[in-house]
Amino acid sequence: MTAAAPEPKANMGQPVPRYDAAAKVTGRATYASDMPLDNPAYAFLVTSAIAKGRIDSFDLDDARGVRGVIDIVTHENAPKLKESKLFSNGGYAGTTIQPLKSADIAHDGQIIAVVVAESYEAAREAANRVKVSYTAVAPSASFDSPGTTTAAAKGQNAQFKEDPEVGDFAKAFDKAEVKLTASYDTPTQHHNPMELFTTSCAWMGDNLVIYEGSQYVYGLKNGVAEQLGIDPDKIRVVNPYVGGGFGSRGSMTPRTAIIAGIAKRLNRPIKLVPTRDQGFTIATYRAETRHEIRLGASRDGKLVALRHEGAEVSSRPDAYCVGGTKTTTRLYACPNVDSLVSIVRADRNTPGFMRSPPEVPYLFALESAMDELAVKLNMDPVELRRINDTTNEPIGGKPYTSRSLMACFDEAAKAFGWSQRSPQPKSMSDGDWLVGYGCAATCYPTQMAPSAARVRLQRDGRTRVEIAGHEIGTGAYTIIAQTAAERLGVPLEKVAVLVGDSELPPAPVAGGSNSTASTCSAVMMVCDQIRQRLFKALMPSDSLTDKAKETVGISQAPSTQVAKSDRPLDLEKAFDELGAGVVEEYGEWKPEGAPLDSFKAMHSGHARLVGGHAMKDKIAYAFGAEFVEVRVNRFTHEIRAPRLVGAFAAGRIMNPRTARSQLMGGLIWGMSSALLEATEIDQRNARYVNDNLADYLVPVNADVPGVEVILLSEQDDHINPAGAKGLGELANVGTNAAICNAIYHATGQRIRKLPVRLENIEV
Amino acid sequence: MAVQALSAAAAANNPLTKATAQPLAGGTTLIDLMKLDVMRPAAVIDINPLARGWSAIEPGSDALRLGALAKMSDVAAHAEIERNYPVIANSLKLAASAQLRNMATLGGNVMQRTRCSYFRDVSYENCNKRNPGSGCAAMDGVNRMHAVLGTSDRCIATYPGDFAQALIALDAMVEITGQAGTRSMPFAQLHKPPGDAPDIETTLQPGELISAFAVPGRWPRSVYLKARDRQSYEFALSSAAVALDVQDGTIRDARVALGGVATVPWRAREAEALLKGQKFDDGLAQRVADAAFADARGRRHNSFKIALGKRVMTRALQQAVTMEIRS
Repeated sequence: MTAAAPEPKANMGQPVPRYDAAAKVTGRATYASDMPLDNPAYAFLVTSAIAKGRIDSFDLDDARGVRGVIDIVTHENAPKLKESKLFSNGGYAGTTIQPLKSADIAHDGQIIAVVVAESYEAAREAANRVKVSYTAVAPSASFDSPGTTTAAAKGQNAQFKEDPEVGDFAKAFDKAEVKLTASYDTPTQHHNPMELFTTSCAWMGDNLVIYEGSQYVYGLKNGVAEQLGIDPDKIRVVNPYVGGGFGSRGSMTPRTAIIAGIAKRLNRPIKLVPTRDQGFTIATYRAETRHEIRLGASRDGKLVALRHEGAEVSSRPDAYCVGGTKTTTRLYACPNVDSLVSIVRADRNTPGFMRSPPEVPYLFALESAMDELAVKLNMDPVELRRINDTTNEPIGGKPYTSRSLMACFDEAAKAFGWSQRSPQPKSMSDGDWLVGYGCAATCYPTQMAPSAARVRLQRDGRTRVEIAGHEIGTGAYTIIAQTAAERLGVPLEKVAVLVGDSELPPAPVAGGSNSTASTCSAVMMVCDQIRQRLFKALMPSDSLTDKAKETVGISQAPSTQVAKSDRPLDLEKAFDELGAGVVEEYGEWKPEGAPLDSFKAMHSGHARLVGGHAMKDKIAYAFGAEFVEVRVNRFTHEIRAPRLVGAFAAGRIMNPRTARSQLMGGLIWGMSSALLEATEIDQRNARYVNDNLADYLVPVNADVPGVEVILLSEQDDHINPAGAKGLGELANVGTNAAICNAIYHATGQRIRKLPVRLENIEV
Repeated sequence: MAVQALSAAAAANNPLTKATAQPLAGGTTLIDLMKLDVMRPAAVIDINPLARGWSAIEPGSDALRLGALAKMSDVAAHAEIERNYPVIANSLKLAASAQLRNMATLGGNVMQRTRCSYFRDVSYENCNKRNPGSGCAAMDGVNRMHAVLGTSDRCIATYPGDFAQALIALDAMVEITGQAGTRSMPFAQLHKPPGDAPDIETTLQPGELISAFAVPGRWPRSVYLKARDRQSYEFALSSAAVALDVQDGTIRDARVALGGVATVPWRAREAEALLKGQKFDDGLAQRVADAAFADARGRRHNSFKIALGKRVMTRALQQAVTMEIRS
């Protein structure tokens, strides 16, 4: 075992290498834009240079003069498309702002024309020669801009149902022995997945194939069908690999139906590869947020009052909202809790899901405030968490299905060397560098959604699993293959997995860290159906002794645990008895508590996620603790984070190798969300300024020399058959607070606004 | 647009005399700007065929000559340059990424254009550098990365490079080859501050190419200090190139140049004058830094660069004074 492939502890699968590792490192993995098309034309987008106003006219003469130009599509001649509702309001779309519909401009970088040409270069050249005359109106850029409107989130967004509260916050806060009131800000951030927001569309008669990196092939298929006004079964979405999603590909963007419509009109496949900067405005992003936290505690550190008020920016027409108070009001034991989330509408593109959408900004506020409270109490911040640890969430009193928060703190503290910390700020240094240690809690809701799967087993043990899941880099192929191999007792190398194709049995959106729990639970169920058939063939009388049953390597009752496959099934015999060459089973699985319409919704591209705080008699979250070492240069004030240590507990760990990789990436992204990543907005014109990967900073290797991931053993039999809690979005939560807490320790200066730049440090 | 290769024989009678032609060496700036539609050359002339004669690295006993087509990575890793000109080696090592340094040439590096977001985004009409007379979007826009020294009311774009700071500090000469043969001038005369014409960035004439740099003397007591937002692959918020000649505790000669804070490679001559003949202490360092930034002018997001620039400069001076010289 190596650092990259940790030794499995109890309730962990094997750290087998990735199913797709060789294909990826040798460049054989085919992403959407790699798919061969028959005589494609190439599209290039023209996007608006203003954020609000209207297009007066186009001058297309120069553009049309470029050799190879086939067509230029504007609102004056665009294909007519139907509207789709916002994803969070029961539709498919990430925005209801539909470009090319009228001369109106609703945000910076809105698609205003599509140039189609014989080559990418000709399309780009012509797009550069499109001249646009606008009438611009002064836009509202963000929180402090004139002209925004603010209203409570509750009632505006179907996914934000409540402002959690319990007890009497005002009275308890008033009487609290120790009080803290503090405000925190988080910036606009963009996903910037490596794979650009590309789309290829090819029609065969009335049938359309879409090659597009998507986190939800069923959603995209049904959404585009709705916009085109055609039968969803005439559309196939294909993406065997997705070059990063992070939430940006969970809901439909307007580009897809536009490209499909143009391809239909021109009767030719069309390939669109937008630029990096266009990706900042044609898809979604993490909106900036503001928070006010009030904490009241007794002198011995017990929380007696907690209030979390959050505000988030969204677009004019869409009330997108992450509403992280659902988590922050339930994380610690506290009898008096109050909260409020508001949405501020500005002239922006609609924001959307970005990795741990609610938890990243909202836990930054809470976990920073907990550190500030610990300072006020003159208490170790780990001990403050221990004092307020709980087995039941305080709002509804429901028990956590499992909660290893303090075990994570203790393991991570030990590995980090927390006991070496001298608590006084500015008390540790190394040459030119002030040294600070900080920590924070992380958590993420455990979510599941209905999923189907088809499994085919041959008599020689070769197995094929078909499921319209998504390989967004997380290891979906690998753990689905592991699950089938373990359940059927066949060698892993005999299992083939197909994902990323809407012709396969439906799986939910690869979002909310539900994929592993949902797809693996479905695959386990269908494997059990196969086992049942084989068992019945082998044991018609059902009268054999347990000993005899063991000899054929199969049991009748599906267990809730993954089968121990220490001996292979006697398949040849079973197939002979069954009189079959191939056994194939299809099944549909839904989690406990899923609504009645779950399966119908699943087929029409609506994922009914259940879990987290919204379960009936329980609450399910994964937990972790993160410790960071920050160094602040006393001369340049440069801030670096040379050590990140996280310990995590997330139920069954399907594969310690892929889990570690996910969590390591999360820790790095969490650091980045504190020190590097911010989309700068020109307040005068509501435009993104640093919309490229040279100016929008993400970490390079030199920024993260030491990242350590500790996987804790945890068993939870109350969540799903796979016993797995999602962990893809666990590790990048809380890191931002841990960094600021460490900066406080290094410098004595409390930073409440992200990102932290060197000019914010005064030492 | 055509891409042509330029042979050594043709260098004296070359297609680059056309103002619409652009030379291509490593391509790490030009190709970017062409993709962004910022530069639209009618012809691109590949000058890499000249590399055989123009890429030599020649450390002599009393001077250093560097061919303009030498790769940044080769110069940075050269043992004699690391020993006798650490300010040059480190200015190159701390620039860009390993991949870029393997492609980029010294001549191209000093000619790289500003990273001003508004210059690089043609959807902004008002950029005096791109569209003379159109105004400056950065002046009251997002200008955290912009210059505080050498600015004008027409342009505040930062000169982005690192290596040029080392060259200007060390009184380097630049050798220029063109129609009329080869001429030589102080590197300090190559870049033009924006003034009234930010679109004119250098004194090179059409058809002229930088063929070499010559650095007089040896400067083993020299440092390049660079402050930036991330640990690698990022432009300077502030940098300082410092070279000193210290004997018996007295500064006999001092060279100071500043990066990340100015519109052009910036020689801090006021600072040098204050240092010469003095014994170094922290008070002197502070007075020197104050003098260097006396004329600095910050705007909404970049005022921090004045205090930062002073701290970076004083720290670079301290490091240069105390560094151990390998003999």
